[in-house]
Amino acid sequence: MKAFSYERARSPQQAAAVVAANPEARFIAGGTNLIDLMKLQIEAPRHLVDVQDLDLHRIEAKEDGGLRIGALVSNTALATDERIRRDYGAVARAIMAGASGQLRNKATTAGNLLQRTRCPYFYDTAQRCNKRAPGSGCAAIEGFSRGLGVIGTSEHCIATYPGDMAVALRLFETVVETVDAEGAVRMIPLAEFHRLPGTTPERDTVLEQGEFITAVHLGPPPEGRQFYQKVRDRASYAFALVSVAALLRPDGTGRVAFGGVAPRPWRVEEAEELLPQGARAVTDRAFRDARPTAGNAFKLPLATRTLAYVMAQAKG
Amino acid sequence: MMKFDRPAERNPIDDQTVVGQPTSRIDGALKTTGQARYAYEQHDVVPDQTYGYLVGAGIARGRIRAIDSRAARDLPGVIEVITWENAGDVTYPGGGTPDYLAGPEIQHYHQAVALVVAESFEAARDGAFLLEISYDRAPGRYALPSLAEGDWPAPDEAREGLEPVDSDTVGDFEAAFAAAPVRIEQRYQTSHESHAMMEPHATIAHWADGRLTLWTATQMVGWAQRSLARLFGIEKSDVRVIAPYVGGGFGAKLAIQSDAVLAAMAARKVGRPVKVALTRPMVMNNTTHRSATLQRVRLGAERDGRLTAIAHQGISGNLAEGRHEPAVSQTKLLYAGANRLTAMHMAILDLPKASDMRAPGEAPGLMALEVAMDELAEALGMDPVELRIRNDTQSDPADPERPFSERHLVECLRTGAERFGWSERSTTPGTRRDGDWLLGMGMAAGYRDNLVRQSAARIRLEQDGSLTVETDMTDIGTGSYTILAQTAAEMLGVPLGRVAVRLGDSDFPLSVGSGGQWGANNATAGLYAACVRLRAMICEMLQMPEAEAQFADGAVTGAGRRVELAELVRDEAISAEDRIEYGDLDETHQQATFAAHFVEAAVNAWTGEVRLRRMLSVCDAGRILNPKTARSQVIGSMTMGIGSALMEELAVDAGAGFFVNHDLAGYEVPVHADLPEQEVIFLDHPDAFSSPMKAKGVGELGLCGVGAAIANALYNATGIRLREYPLTLDGMLERLPPLAPPGP
Repeated sequence: MKAFSYERARSPQQAAAVVAANPEARFIAGGTNLIDLMKLQIEAPRHLVDVQDLDLHRIEAKEDGGLRIGALVSNTALATDERIRRDYGAVARAIMAGASGQLRNKATTAGNLLQRTRCPYFYDTAQRCNKRAPGSGCAAIEGFSRGLGVIGTSEHCIATYPGDMAVALRLFETVVETVDAEGAVRMIPLAEFHRLPGTTPERDTVLEQGEFITAVHLGPPPEGRQFYQKVRDRASYAFALVSVAALLRPDGTGRVAFGGVAPRPWRVEEAEELLPQGARAVTDRAFRDARPTAGNAFKLPLATRTLAYVMAQAKG
Repeated sequence: MMKFDRPAERNPIDDQTVVGQPTSRIDGALKTTGQARYAYEQHDVVPDQTYGYLVGAGIARGRIRAIDSRAARDLPGVIEVITWENAGDVTYPGGGTPDYLAGPEIQHYHQAVALVVAESFEAARDGAFLLEISYDRAPGRYALPSLAEGDWPAPDEAREGLEPVDSDTVGDFEAAFAAAPVRIEQRYQTSHESHAMMEPHATIAHWADGRLTLWTATQMVGWAQRSLARLFGIEKSDVRVIAPYVGGGFGAKLAIQSDAVLAAMAARKVGRPVKVALTRPMVMNNTTHRSATLQRVRLGAERDGRLTAIAHQGISGNLAEGRHEPAVSQTKLLYAGANRLTAMHMAILDLPKASDMRAPGEAPGLMALEVAMDELAEALGMDPVELRIRNDTQSDPADPERPFSERHLVECLRTGAERFGWSERSTTPGTRRDGDWLLGMGMAAGYRDNLVRQSAARIRLEQDGSLTVETDMTDIGTGSYTILAQTAAEMLGVPLGRVAVRLGDSDFPLSVGSGGQWGANNATAGLYAACVRLRAMICEMLQMPEAEAQFADGAVTGAGRRVELAELVRDEAISAEDRIEYGDLDETHQQATFAAHFVEAAVNAWTGEVRLRRMLSVCDAGRILNPKTARSQVIGSMTMGIGSALMEELAVDAGAGFFVNHDLAGYEVPVHADLPEQEVIFLDHPDAFSSPMKAKGVGELGLCGVGAAIANALYNATGIRLREYPLTLDGMLERLPPLAPPGP
């Protein structure tokens, strides 16, 4: 951990201004990911702006029937909120399927969206990694890739987005609200929030330096049953090999997003239209452009079978 | 010295008023309240402590071209940067043990290349990141050979990079196998495993007047003392090793590691105490692991199930001159059968050093042999429990004149089958279901040798009539404190609460240490010897015939007198020290421990996820000194068995030559949610050949065979036979019930 200076934010805009003016500054909230990365000097900010005291801890009803979730609402608070449990059950289940009770108490809604990949080569600073050290190469493509991405990847990076919550959030009209140094508010659809790596895998999201997440908006609760099915080798405290978030209506239509397979939650709307034809039709379309490695090709049949499992539960 | 060369007769331990009782750990409260201090927490034992941060090599093979430490040295708080160029003289052990500090040659990934010493941990770590290290890479060998069917090396055949290390034949295997009416021939793989004990390796080293004192995490105080004396060229008496509490080991702390050596080097260099703890990633590539194995098992049997031909061959990997994983050893002794062949080869690999991990040999070996037995039972159309019963032997199959001292495997099998409800198992795989889950039962036999080793202890009768036990024995979370206290209380007739136990200090008498499941039996036997001596001293003081003396309720009674022990002590405590040594009873008799493991597994028909529902282990391990701590050992072993069967694998990057998933996020060990109901049954068959305690080891037995029982349950659930551990869902997806309507 490199030495850093520290301040407490006074307002979202003030925090944004500080970080925008200093490329070596970062926001810190729960710190459940950033501090680990700082210990390993994968992240080495020279200045931290602690945003935990900002008034962003509330979940508010919106006029359109949706919710505005403050950026600092903890994972635990979000997953146990009555409205979330009732109307957005996939989100509650996804959160509870991740991390541990202690981490969920500390981790925030915005921070969870910004969780960085768990690719083991990203974590080992002696290894090549374009996400950590741009231009150094990707050791994972030829290396141990069992947990890594099968689609949306590039020849520069095959890391996955590791989180669960964001996968479930893709089922809804989810929008990320940010503010910048000038106080300008931007509304970013979650679908566009996480970037694909292309030639610049070091950028995980479309956020600009200093752009600060203030809230996450959920659209009105949609019709249909909600599911979050997470598949992993051990029963708890593991990242998904594959996860499926699904919203399934009685008429066989619905929405589906996959986790553990791509650099961002993977939802393909053309594929969803094939839901009435069964799981295989959906995944054939959703993963049409997949480029798995020998080590992670199993994720493709696993995604199909996991979706089929969810669809069977919807019928049952 | 007490020589144990005849079977034990009746002795005070047989009373089992204290020994054999399920006493809670006497050190439990110290641990739950944070008062038991582990090596790295010994903040106040010596002033002026500095912090060392270890830097591991970023390549697996090659040479250090240069280490530029200027920026690190300029960092405020950094005191010194230790590298091979300035570390001072040490004599490395060699013989397959890599140098504790590399340079200029690099022998494996994360081999230590530097230790940054600073006034704070943070400064040391920052300094470590400022080192500029350049390397010349060299090619290396990182993967076990992939052998085509029929390409397996003959038992004593040497090939490039593949050395024959052990082979044994009885009768004529090939002829008997060819003639057998029922045959099984299969190959299996087990994975590289990390011990993943909770406390990483950690040490505080301090030099004063040419003497070295180490507070360190070690299973073997005596070995650590000897190794350090050799490394630094000083007398053993000039090294003191202190390890009162150790947070798990599983073999990882049998030998000293870089934390101890580099802390001692650095402390010598900077003239102040240095403390070093390895980070988890460093534990996995810098220290040792259990090697992966390839195994080939061939079994030939008569139609009635009697084995006529048994061959078990294996390959493990290690650095040149390292030791192999003896995965075929149990196959020499577990079942009857006139024609046998066992052989191990070692592949020379440039991975980190492979070494002992809980039940070395048996743990991976039984994961192959006991699946092969399941496959043979199926081929015979015979119940797997019955097949094992039919092949029981009461003597060494290679030497019928050499009996087992005590062997109750059949009782383990029958008891387990009865208690588990084995008769409810479907004999047709893939036919039991609970909703989306396929259910199956599996079982396996377990075997682990019982090892006898000399061990010493001291016992003191204090002025207040209490007892103090001192030995360099370690308690690595196993319960040593408690069973030693029970032994002393039993022998001297003193309440358990009046016995103090002091462990893990090389100033105390040399014990057997913790490893090889030898600790409990031998360390208590050493204390037994000391207690016998103390009883004799007391009887002599009182002129009381030993045969008449009864030690109970804090007093000795005999010859018409009753004397409180507290009254015996005048100015100075009465101290007795003794050592147990063994004759040839472990040669005339095969001493071993036995188990039967039963598992019920559920496999998700859609995703292939495996979740266990029930586990039972029935153990035959001599007298159980404390059923509570022994049970804790066995359920811990069963849990480790879940890990090795279902999830644990140090994944090798075969190009770069290192274990990639080197933290506890990537290297998955079971969590509570993975644990089903776990039941343990101990058979009570004291073994008079093992020691006066009539006890045997149990801490490793609990692991032996568990993985195979899980594999067999998984097969029974799905009809899918997986032979490469860990048995993850990848291997099952294409063979699970098809998705096409009407669905799984």
